[in-house]
Amino acid sequence: MPVKGAEKKTTQPVAGGVPTQRRLSQLPRQSIITGFRDDDQDFGNMPDLSDEALRPVRPDDQLKLTDAELNEEHTRILTARNPQAAENIVRFSYKDRTFKPIPQVDQLAVHFQLDGNLIHRDSEEGKRQLVRDIGEQALGEVETTPTKAADTEGEPTTKEGEDEDEEKPKKPTGPAGKGKKLTNQFNFSERASQTYNNPCRDRETFVEQTPRSVFTDNVSQWSIFDAYNEDFDQQQKAKEKEHKKVAVKKDDERKKKFVVAEQTGDDMAKLARSKSASISLKILERMINQNTFDDIAQDFKYWEDAADEYREQEGSLLPLWIFQYDLTKKLACTNLAWNTRYTDLFAVSFGSYDFLKQSRGMFLIYSLKNPSFPENIFITDTGVMCLDFHPNHPNLLACGFYDGSVAVYNIADEYKRPKYQSTARNGKHTDPVWQVRWQKDDLDGNLNFYSISSDGRIVCWTLVKSDLMYIDVVQLKLEKPATEPDEGIPLATLGCGTCFDFNKQQDYLFIAGTEEGKIHKCSKSYNNQFLDTFDAHHMAVYAVRWNTFHPKIFISCSADWTVKIWDINFKDPLFVYDLGSAVGDVTWAPYSSTVFAACTADGKVYVFDLNVNKYEPLCEQIVVQKKRTKLTHIVFNQNFPIILVGDDRGNITSLKLSPNLRKKPKVKKGQEAPEGPEAENAKLDKILALIRDPDDTKNKSISAQQTSTVPATTS
Amino acid sequence: MTQAEVDDTLKRIQEHKGVQGYLIINNDGIPIRSNLDASLTQQYAALIKSLSDKARSTIREIDPTNELVFFRMRTKKHEILVAPEKEYTMIVLQATDVQ
Repeated sequence: MPVKGAEKKTTQPVAGGVPTQRRLSQLPRQSIITGFRDDDQDFGNMPDLSDEALRPVRPDDQLKLTDAELNEEHTRILTARNPQAAENIVRFSYKDRTFKPIPQVDQLAVHFQLDGNLIHRDSEEGKRQLVRDIGEQALGEVETTPTKAADTEGEPTTKEGEDEDEEKPKKPTGPAGKGKKLTNQFNFSERASQTYNNPCRDRETFVEQTPRSVFTDNVSQWSIFDAYNEDFDQQQKAKEKEHKKVAVKKDDERKKKFVVAEQTGDDMAKLARSKSASISLKILERMINQNTFDDIAQDFKYWEDAADEYREQEGSLLPLWIFQYDLTKKLACTNLAWNTRYTDLFAVSFGSYDFLKQSRGMFLIYSLKNPSFPENIFITDTGVMCLDFHPNHPNLLACGFYDGSVAVYNIADEYKRPKYQSTARNGKHTDPVWQVRWQKDDLDGNLNFYSISSDGRIVCWTLVKSDLMYIDVVQLKLEKPATEPDEGIPLATLGCGTCFDFNKQQDYLFIAGTEEGKIHKCSKSYNNQFLDTFDAHHMAVYAVRWNTFHPKIFISCSADWTVKIWDINFKDPLFVYDLGSAVGDVTWAPYSSTVFAACTADGKVYVFDLNVNKYEPLCEQIVVQKKRTKLTHIVFNQNFPIILVGDDRGNITSLKLSPNLRKKPKVKKGQEAPEGPEAENAKLDKILALIRDPDDTKNKSISAQQTSTVPATTS
Repeated sequence: MTQAEVDDTLKRIQEHKGVQGYLIINNDGIPIRSNLDASLTQQYAALIKSLSDKARSTIREIDPTNELVFFRMRTKKHEILVAPEKEYTMIVLQATDVQ
């Protein structure tokens, strides 16, 4: 090996002057060789080598030091310390809770370690193994004894020794071979082996996430109730085995929200079809109206004119709602009728009184709850001149037209067509029908009504199944004038009927007014003859009405500006009132036998109470806004203290009666307040008696008899 | 009631004095008809629906056989009329001080 120059000079291991062997490739160059000459001194220990090739080779990267540095002495001390051992091991002392350096660090350096497998022959394991070995040997010996026996002849001495040796091991194998080898925790050697672990591999797959939906609900008393109800209903259905309702498939609700008022065909159509929605829409409209007309509604319900306490013989009419409709602006109100069952519902018929200007007509059903729009609108070809609600069937409305036909409508019907209509072949009048009235069902239970018309016929119509049958009841024959020429065929001319009314107590008895001013008392049973005739007025009689309570009194009004009160048995009127203008309509109040109201063509409403003042109206009031509006009809409400007045511009005004107009007579102390028809009759009779009394101190007695006000309670 | 009549009624309601607007929403609170502007519509739809549900739940909780038919809320500025139904809810806004 080539001796290399060590890093530390003095520790150059001198290899005892072993001649170096160099490869030729490592021969130094000339420069290095020259350098070697300088360092000849260092090699003082080394034998002087003249041979250049034998000189030690100095590698190129050897540290080059100066002479001073080369001569510097470094002391080295050999110690038995392990240079690899750490010098400052620190251990944590739990007692002192600090890290403390260990004083003595283990300096033992293990260079080589080999675990031997020698066992002491006297140890347990050793003995066991000897026994085992001898046992094996004994087996082997049996085979080899013949060979050894051959050898013993040549060497007896050695053989003896061998025999002795052989015997010795024999002996111990004898007893030892019998004992079983016991294992315990001290000398049990555990044999473990590691099985081969199969390599594991992870495999993963992703599945599509199961769709989830979050479902929440609130439970409350009523949801449980609903669920039970539903269950019950279903059980009922299953029991009865009805055919199931057609399940309306819910259309897919569109997810996007409708911000603009864009209607979905489905939703709005469903809305329109659903009944409850239409009902609530209607009620909403009424609510809105109630809000708008709030003060009027309050007045209607609660307002009582306080001033009435101070003026005894006067009353006033408070205007409430005005019912208007676009299409009726040019039509005149021809009739008003309250519904018999629903006290806030009334029907108005529109037509034209003008002979020349005849156009279409209509009738509207209004409710007080919605003053701004009619509940129902029925448009007809000709003007409707009259209408009447059936007392028992509040949806049946009979009406008479300007062209002479009559019709019966079912106002609850969706189709605005009459249920029954009279035709030219079917007994239609030839002149306008001025009034219709329902009567009690006939013997067969069919509904029937009467109509009167300008053609002089009073006709009874019967609704038989789907037909309208007519019977001429009376013909209003004119009286033949006395001075009729004998020649010529007497023509039986008929008068023109304008109004009629049936007695409330005796149904067969009725009175009819004509255009000639006569009032005829007729009976249903007598066809051709009148029971009686009154020369009532000079001009056409516009209305006749029986008194609500008294069976013998009736009132009539006419175009000759008068209102007359009659007793059926007397030819002369009991009272005559001149109102200064053509009186369109007069009607008795439903709550008193002595109160009646009239409306005139100059827009005034008159209210009379015979009990209070026999000659003068308690109230005379203009109720229309525009001048030259004629009032055509007036009617009291059965339940509320209001009256409706129709005019010829298509407006209907509602007015509330002040307390003075609704008076009931004062009760004497101790007596019960007389109520009911009998009392009313008695009241009227008393008045009439005074009238007829030729000893007429009635004026004074009336004034002495001032009844004080007991304000009538509003219904 | 046909579609035309429903439309007629709604138009009348809209033109009635003092009515500021109306709104019809379905069960999910989505407005299907309205004549208010978009943001107001959404607001009213959401808020009134929840109020209506709460009111209805209250009434039925007290007596399950009872049912809420209408309710009105009168505020300083206007009155809100609500008609909750099985499938729809109708809301009308009307100003309180007319004239």
